[in-house]
Amino acid sequence: MAQAATMASPAAPPRRTPGRRQAIIESLAGMGFAFPAFLLLCLTILVPLGVLVWLSFTSYELGAIDLNYVGLDNFRKAMADPVFRRSLTTTFVYVAIVLPGSVIGGLLIALLIHRRRRSRGLYEVIYFLPVTSTLIAMATVWMFLLHPRLGPISGALRAMGFGEVAFLSEPSLVLPTLAVIGIWQLVGFNMILFLAGLSAVPRELYEAAAVDGCHNPIDRFLTVTWPLLGPTVMFVVVTTSITAFKAFDTIAVMTRGGPMGASEVLLYTVYLEGFQYFHIGYAAALTLIFLAFILIFAVTQALTLDRRVHYG
Amino acid sequence: MIPIRENAGRPTPFAVRLGRWGGFALTHAVLIAGAMFMLLPFVWMLVTSIRPQAEVFESIFGLLPSRFAGPENYGYALSKAPLLRFMLNGVIVCAGILAVQLLVAIPCAYALAKLRFPGRTAMFVLVLLGLCIPIQVPALPLYIGLAHLGLLNTYFSMMLPFFLSVFAIFLFRQFFRGFPDEIIHAARLDGVSEFEIVWRIVVPSAGPAIAAFAVFSVVAHWNDLYWPLIVISETRLAPPALGMMYFNDSESGANYGALTAGATILTAPLVLTFLLARRRFIQGITMTGLK
Repeated sequence: MAQAATMASPAAPPRRTPGRRQAIIESLAGMGFAFPAFLLLCLTILVPLGVLVWLSFTSYELGAIDLNYVGLDNFRKAMADPVFRRSLTTTFVYVAIVLPGSVIGGLLIALLIHRRRRSRGLYEVIYFLPVTSTLIAMATVWMFLLHPRLGPISGALRAMGFGEVAFLSEPSLVLPTLAVIGIWQLVGFNMILFLAGLSAVPRELYEAAAVDGCHNPIDRFLTVTWPLLGPTVMFVVVTTSITAFKAFDTIAVMTRGGPMGASEVLLYTVYLEGFQYFHIGYAAALTLIFLAFILIFAVTQALTLDRRVHYG
Repeated sequence: MIPIRENAGRPTPFAVRLGRWGGFALTHAVLIAGAMFMLLPFVWMLVTSIRPQAEVFESIFGLLPSRFAGPENYGYALSKAPLLRFMLNGVIVCAGILAVQLLVAIPCAYALAKLRFPGRTAMFVLVLLGLCIPIQVPALPLYIGLAHLGLLNTYFSMMLPFFLSVFAIFLFRQFFRGFPDEIIHAARLDGVSEFEIVWRIVVPSAGPAIAAFAVFSVVAHWNDLYWPLIVISETRLAPPALGMMYFNDSESGANYGALTAGATILTAPLVLTFLLARRRFIQGITMTGLK
């Protein structure tokens, strides 16, 4: 960078063509400016990624002296491992609840508030609040709210004549409960993305639709809003899928994967194998499987973003 | 809502008004019900944090406590867990990460946006690939490396994986591309160095993008649990999210008055900032919808 600075100073009389001199300055400055980022990119992403792939072919365990090359054994083991298969299923069930809940919820709220002049700001703040709050702290509050004997939600259910409900310790209930908290956290975020999408729909189109006899709000939504909102919807769906697929915080604090593994999602399994049991080689293989799913989502996202550029 | 509807003149004015009022009432009924669900944990947190211990589990429906027990709950929380220390750790970690992120990403983004240099395309492709890699992927090798270097349980270990934000490079590159070339050319003719062009001319115009990114970065790392959980095992180094987890584990005796007081303290900085700078905050978090 210092080099570039001295070269740019007009001390030396411009003998060569200014274009050529400028080209040299640019390439030196460009490489200098990009170098720190490149170095960190190698250090924190590329090299770890290479090491990860290599580890996934070994039976390395932290503290062990010997390190055996085992080929694809870790991946075979994963495919046969009931714990891993269960955690994969659990993750997809979790995504399958959070995704429609937070996308449809976010869209509905956005549709309801985007024409409101006075109350829009207030609703925006309220629905966005969970996005900004520290999820771990709010998870503690949710644990209290859901406490089977002491919590207010159980108390309200009792008062209505239902029995005690153990939201977090009943295997069939724990995942839907965590998913509802996931929706609570995400819905405001999706609402904002939809509001941005809605504001891009030209008002004249609604008037044109009204002239064509489209009076019913549902007709209006299906003929005008929905088609124009398509790219936003795709985008929100992919983003939400990735976020839900990476669920970890609420599970780590509220259930630790329990009861009996009923809420052990993929990332929690990776965490346990890698950083609690120190089966490094196996955890590396699981991480790569996790990455494969993320990449599938990311490619979908790239394709939809591309479409947004063309038709948005 | 749509003026043309009235011009058509077919529906009677009364029916229109009734329909409109019904729509209005239904809209707000749905929105208020949703809002109550969203606010429930926040209201319950605040109310429980000022309730006397004996009342916490009794009055399920009565919102207001019989007496204000805020001082004892907050006092107990602060004496039982180093909550202020957790917040200080959060400030140190967030500030350190953000500073390095900006110092590294801004020149790189400018180079990618405005300079021709060998390897530019390759660097941009790497940035795009980096966008797809979440922290959980390099976590294992980084952990092993830090453990070998004896750097676990340090602020540095908490910050290292986030020093490079490919997202920041991507975001700033998009922003810098819109910066007028004429100004840069004029500056070059005046003998201003590229280094000064970045920091004196381009950066001051990028205020909104930098502010938005800062919001995103600070929120992400104030709330991050996964990485600190891996590299930190000493309570005194825990950032807010991990600290809250420790506090939660240690108070298994269900002292919810103190727990909610702690949760309030750790959540307050971000929520208050959000309430004060709503637009910028929403912009900062959602522009990363691209992530």
